[in-house]
Amino acid sequence: MDTSTTYNYKVVRQFAIMTVVWGIVGMLVGVVIAAQLVWPQLNFDIPWLTYSRLRPLHTNAVIFAFGGSALFATSYYVVQRTCQARLFSNGLAAFTFWGWQVVIVAAAITLPLGITASKEYAELEWPIDLLITLVWVAYAVVFFGTIVKRRVKHIYVANWFYGAFILTIAVLHVVNSAALPVTATKSYSVYPGAIDAMVQWWYGHNAVGFFLTAGFLGMMYYFVPKQANRPVYSYRLSVVHFWALISTYMWAGPHHLHYTALPDWAQSLGMVFSLILLAPSWGGMINGIMTLSGAWHKLRTDPILKFLIVSLSFYGMSTFEGPMMSIKTVNALSHYTDWTIGHVHSGALGWVAMVSIGSLYFLIPRLFGREQMHSIKLIDVHFWVATIGVVLYIVAMWIAGIMQGLMWRAVNADGTLTYSFVESLEAMYPYYFVRLLGGLVFLSGMLIMAYNVIRTIQGNKPVEAAIPQTA
Amino acid sequence: MGDFTFSSDFWSWWVIVLTVGNILGCWWLIVWTMKKRAGEAASGDVTHHTWDETLQEYNNPLPRWWLWLFYITLVFAVIYLVLYPGLGKFRGVLGWTGEVRYEKEMEQAEARYGPIFANYAKQEIPALAADDEAVRTGRRLFLNYCATCHGSDARGFPGFPNLTDDAWLYGGDPASIKTSILNGRGGQGLMIAWEGQLGEQGVNEVTEYVLQINGREVDTALARKGRQHYQQMCVSCHGAEGKGNQALGAPDLTDDAWLYGGSPGTIRESIAKGRNGRMPAHKDFLGEDKVHLLAAYVYSLSN
Repeated sequence: MDTSTTYNYKVVRQFAIMTVVWGIVGMLVGVVIAAQLVWPQLNFDIPWLTYSRLRPLHTNAVIFAFGGSALFATSYYVVQRTCQARLFSNGLAAFTFWGWQVVIVAAAITLPLGITASKEYAELEWPIDLLITLVWVAYAVVFFGTIVKRRVKHIYVANWFYGAFILTIAVLHVVNSAALPVTATKSYSVYPGAIDAMVQWWYGHNAVGFFLTAGFLGMMYYFVPKQANRPVYSYRLSVVHFWALISTYMWAGPHHLHYTALPDWAQSLGMVFSLILLAPSWGGMINGIMTLSGAWHKLRTDPILKFLIVSLSFYGMSTFEGPMMSIKTVNALSHYTDWTIGHVHSGALGWVAMVSIGSLYFLIPRLFGREQMHSIKLIDVHFWVATIGVVLYIVAMWIAGIMQGLMWRAVNADGTLTYSFVESLEAMYPYYFVRLLGGLVFLSGMLIMAYNVIRTIQGNKPVEAAIPQTA
Repeated sequence: MGDFTFSSDFWSWWVIVLTVGNILGCWWLIVWTMKKRAGEAASGDVTHHTWDETLQEYNNPLPRWWLWLFYITLVFAVIYLVLYPGLGKFRGVLGWTGEVRYEKEMEQAEARYGPIFANYAKQEIPALAADDEAVRTGRRLFLNYCATCHGSDARGFPGFPNLTDDAWLYGGDPASIKTSILNGRGGQGLMIAWEGQLGEQGVNEVTEYVLQINGREVDTALARKGRQHYQQMCVSCHGAEGKGNQALGAPDLTDDAWLYGGSPGTIRESIAKGRNGRMPAHKDFLGEDKVHLLAAYVYSLSN
């Protein structure tokens, strides 16, 4: 096959399939640890199965394995289609796929063994960090190389977001993971005390901002207008919200460290810029949802659009909730409670997972030469199952979180605390159970998806799509 | 916290310039984007570009309500940074710091609740232990500050003493309990690891002897050898009869209270590896008045 006249769909297919696989694995681990919070004996006294080791496995699997694969798959697809050019290098693209899978498997082995750099969302030890860096540099070369050889004059908005995500994650990863190795499996951060905490949350919040927001906005900017078959609502809004989003996100990290040893000035800036972030975040939601204006009726019949539009609603909700929680007075109640867990999951399940699922339902048939997925009905079932799962999850965590916050600050007439910590934990049982239920429901949706995907690709040949030769 | 100082004016200005620059940048971005340009598509029309066969963009203006939202947050940011610390060394016109706020809250709490505990502190511990109201308050303190180690029921865990029985490492009289909480215990009275000096066989022999004085059935030949080691090495702390020494925190080896467990294996481990339990001091953290009431609660558990 002459590779100069076709798009590289192979690597897109590989990442697309692994998105479904890692989604199921990561969410399954999430369900297991949710169950452990209801029934602690479910760790069977086996160190590898304790909550403390499985929790980072869950977060790494869903963010970097599931979310990462979805971003690789869609960015490679989108950058080729919107640049009318084949990926810059087949070899490097293949290296990013296999390299990323090795990183994921290494994480799945080392984290249960208790090998950890103990930085949240950056737990992997230095040899794996080095491999991540290599893969990421290759990713940047493939992505920006493709942009450079594009056949169209202008760079499509989706690629701005993908590009910002790739560049920023490179910087964040290298700076935050800087460490002195002691052995092959142990290293120590180069930053001391409060500086280490600040670097960690500068990384941590921008992992949310660039990995889980900018990257997935790139996805949204391609798949929403494509599926709706409508022009993007406002080019001007794209410009303002892109630049405002990527510049202000950089400052928001200190809101994770309110009322700590972090200097007051840094805490203030974290809060102020988190509030400024509200409008730029909502710019993406408006641009996505308003793209449907004039075609609202499609929502009745098209479950893929339902996934995409509902994901934007959850995106709007969690990007409103985030700035509110960054206000110090609100944070005094919400911090360290399950409200934060609920907030994260309205973003992770409601926005990230649902926009990825919608995009995959668009993508997979096209990669395997079919008009559409095997069963549209099952997409609709998946949509409702997923929505119910998210709602159960976040409502349970809102109630749990606000209850915890109120119980922890309740004081008796003699100034002693009304509740001990264990009492607040005991009060969580019903909500932890509902959370488990929500997680199970969401996971079962992923299994429906896996079945639908298998039936779609069964007996179909992978497609090599020709690149249109006119600009 | 408020006592942070910048190492130089450079870093203070660095923060100020980047912060103000970013806020002004957002404002400039809005103004620049709203400008009409020659030859651009009319508002409500698509721009002249198409990607991937069908992708186009409308040239719609920025939604008015969204712009207001953006402006409000920018104005709020400016006001907040004038009032509160944020712009480098500039402390804000309110003079607010996290540290001052913390101290003020602590003062208020002290003014409000301090007298309650000062009042309790005037009474003898045995009298407080008989006062239901005092015991209830003491219990609430215990559940928040002590239960993590000693358990909600105060029956302890391996390595953390049971406070409801009659066995006391450092004494169960009111004054000793209060001293334990105030100043903490452990450190100087640690149990040394003996396996280096005694060897595996020696450790087994001493274990056998300890089991014997604890009243269990043992290999008497082995215990006899253990007794010799005991009288050389253990007697100074645990006493000739194994009754322990509360001045040193050396436990009684003849009773049923075993801090780390009384199985032959655990006793062997204690002798071989040593033990070094520590009770942290609570004087600075809770203050003497609250410790007094806590001591009364603990005293009430066994009296």
